[in-house]
Amino acid sequence: MEIFEIVTYFVLLLLVSTAVRVVTTSNVIHAAISLVFTLALTSVLFLLLSTEFVALVLVLVYIGAVIVLFLFGIMITRAPLGKNAELDNDKNKKLGAAIAGSIFFLFSYILVNGFEGEVVITSGSSTELLGEILLSRFVFPFELVSFVLLAALIGGITLARKDEALIDEEQV
Amino acid sequence: MIVQPVLVVAAALFSLGIYGILVRRNAVMVLLSIELILNSVNINFIMFDTMLADVLMQGQIFTIFIITIAAAEVGIGLAIVLMLFRNRQTANINEFDLMKW
Repeated sequence: MEIFEIVTYFVLLLLVSTAVRVVTTSNVIHAAISLVFTLALTSVLFLLLSTEFVALVLVLVYIGAVIVLFLFGIMITRAPLGKNAELDNDKNKKLGAAIAGSIFFLFSYILVNGFEGEVVITSGSSTELLGEILLSRFVFPFELVSFVLLAALIGGITLARKDEALIDEEQV
Repeated sequence: MIVQPVLVVAAALFSLGIYGILVRRNAVMVLLSIELILNSVNINFIMFDTMLADVLMQGQIFTIFIITIAAAEVGIGLAIVLMLFRNRQTANINEFDLMKW
C-alpha cells in the first residue's frame, strides 16, 4: 500500500507540471505534446483508481484522435512552428493569473473542506458491469450521443469544405 | 488512497485551463486549454465514482459521455477556426473583431 501511495503522488505531481507546460510554453507543438503527456498521466490515474475501461477510452479517443486533429489544426492554420513570442497576450497575463489563482484557491478550499475519506480500491474488472449498465439503463443517452457525433461530423465537413458557389460568385 | 490530493490536482488543472483561455492568443491553443478543463472534470467524476462506490457507475458513464462530446466539440471548433483562418488569414482571436461595436 505504501508504494501505491508514492506512485499516486508522483503521477499527480507530473500531471500538474505537464499541465503547466501546456499553458505556458511558447512553442505550439510542445503544447500539444505536453497535452499528450497530461492525458496519458490522467489515464494512469484512472488505472490506479481501477476504472480501466475509461482509461482505455481516454487513450483511444484523446491521444489517438483528438491530438492528431489538433496537430492538423496547428499545421493548417500555419501557426509559426518553433518559439513564438506572439503566442501569448501579455496584457492579459496578470489578470489571467489572478483569476485562475483565485478559482484554484476557492475550489480547493471547498473541495478539501467538503469531502474527506479514503478510497478503497477493489480488485477485479468492472468493464463487464459497465457495459451492461451502459446498454440497459443508459441506452437512450448512449444513442443520443451517437446522433450528436453524426451531427458534428456533418457540421464539421460542411463548415470546413470550400463553398464552391461562393468562389464562383467572387470570380464573376 | 486519500481523496483530497486528487481533488486539489483537478482544481489545479481547471484553473490552468482558465488561465490558458484568458492568456492565449492563438485559437487552437484556446481549444487545447478547454481540453484541460474537460479533463479536470473527468478526474473529479472518476474520483467521486470510486469514492462513493456507486452501483450504477454513473461517474464512469458520464465520463465516457464527456469524452465523446469533447471529441465532437474539437471537430466543430477546429472547423470554425479553419473557416476564420481562410477568411481572415490569421488564427489570432484578438483580430476577430468584426462584430465589436
